[in-house]
Amino acid sequence: MTMVHDRVSSIEQRSPEEGIIQMEDKKGILEVENLSAWYGNTLALKEISISIRAKAITAVIGPSGCGKSTFIRCLNRMHEVSHGGRVAGRVLLDGKDIYAKDIDPVVIRRRIGMVFQKPSPFPTMSVFDNVAAGLRLTQLWSRRRDLEEVVERSLQHAALWDEVKDKLNQSGASLSGGQQQRLCIARAIAMEPEIILLDEPCSSLDPVATLKIEDLMRNLAQEYTIIIVTHNMQQAARVSEWTGFFLLGEMIECGKTVDIFSRPKDKRTEDYITGRFG
Amino acid sequence: MVRTSFERHLHELQDDVLVLGSMVEKAIYRSMEALKNRDLELAKQVIADDSEIDHKRFDIEEKCVELIVTQQPVASDLRIIVAVLNIIIDLERIGDHAEGVAKITIMIGNEPPLKPLIDLPRMAQKTGDMLRRSLDAFVNRDAEAARKISREDDEIDGLYDQVFRELLTFMAEDSKTITRATRLIWVAHNLERSADRVTNICERVVFVVTGKMEEIGVSKY
Repeated sequence: MTMVHDRVSSIEQRSPEEGIIQMEDKKGILEVENLSAWYGNTLALKEISISIRAKAITAVIGPSGCGKSTFIRCLNRMHEVSHGGRVAGRVLLDGKDIYAKDIDPVVIRRRIGMVFQKPSPFPTMSVFDNVAAGLRLTQLWSRRRDLEEVVERSLQHAALWDEVKDKLNQSGASLSGGQQQRLCIARAIAMEPEIILLDEPCSSLDPVATLKIEDLMRNLAQEYTIIIVTHNMQQAARVSEWTGFFLLGEMIECGKTVDIFSRPKDKRTEDYITGRFG
Repeated sequence: MVRTSFERHLHELQDDVLVLGSMVEKAIYRSMEALKNRDLELAKQVIADDSEIDHKRFDIEEKCVELIVTQQPVASDLRIIVAVLNIIIDLERIGDHAEGVAKITIMIGNEPPLKPLIDLPRMAQKTGDMLRRSLDAFVNRDAEAARKISREDDEIDGLYDQVFRELLTFMAEDSKTITRATRLIWVAHNLERSADRVTNICERVVFVVTGKMEEIGVSKY
């Protein structure tokens, strides 16, 4: 079977766009330097600096309103779409600032995919079209045969192929919640991103569907850099190798997940993860 | 279970460890008392009581498992439960050593005494004292006290050496004493191992406080 990364060179041949780092340089390394974010005059993130490890899962935890979702929305330039959304600082993807003037945010969002809290398949589209939508929109693919290949591969990578291969023409909305979320992951994978951002991807799923997504994340981490925002600390402990704890817009502590959950350095981290507040 | 209820369960767990510790401490003193006084009834009682120690250990272990399953503890909560799981093993083994002394007492029976027992009771006293203070250090989350207690193991090792050398001279001088002397060496060995187990408990105290596993007392034996 052809793997996703085998397709990378073909994307480059088809669409050498301005603002795209050469695909052979893809590493999925994200360096965040003094990142602050505002909603209007409200400061939501205060000078966050963190190195995100490539091809690993980093979890972002913290109580509601701590800025964790804002943080990952800054990582693919989604925050600036919010009303009054403003960002300062740098986010370096493989060494290049995604906020540099010559960078197209659309290209960044293709390289840094995102999956949201609620499964959000395009309701009027079939399973197939949901996965193919991004490719069609960006005109990266036009020939049906190529599309079929990528859709199948993306669904396989999202561990959904076996369940939907006979109903590719059915509506994406006809799938179960867990399947819909994996469909959204397949849709993100189809764009062959370097990084996948997951914002509470399991919060609306039952435990079985949650475990499937977690297994999927572990598999995907072999090829992609994954950042997951989660309220569920057990989930962070189960799936991630690195964890950052956010509180009131600040990153209080970041380290190996095993250290954060067994011997956190900061008392605020300890108090939060042991349920003393939050 | 909310946080307050969880904390109550953690306190209860800690209290259970203290109860087990006092049962074991009592076993150390009573087994030595039985040996000193050739009190075979007391020795039998120590042996019988050891099963209560074993049951208490399993009871605490089950409570730990229940808390892990229901609370998925992390950070200091997790360290306390992991420490308890280790400490109760050491306590139970110290109880076995006390039972060992009681069994040796029964083996010695009414044989004539080889010598007045001085250093062995001192070893038992010191070991029991270290044990009690190590559990105080656990409750008080006092890593410094734990490190200090651990260093006191040298004193037990010194007494063990002394007892061993002295009993060796008896055996060298008169081969008829070999059986009796060997039995007393077993007693000393049980006490020396008990004190080593106390240093393990001290290491767990340091782990609870600092989150780091470190060997703080290296036994000579």
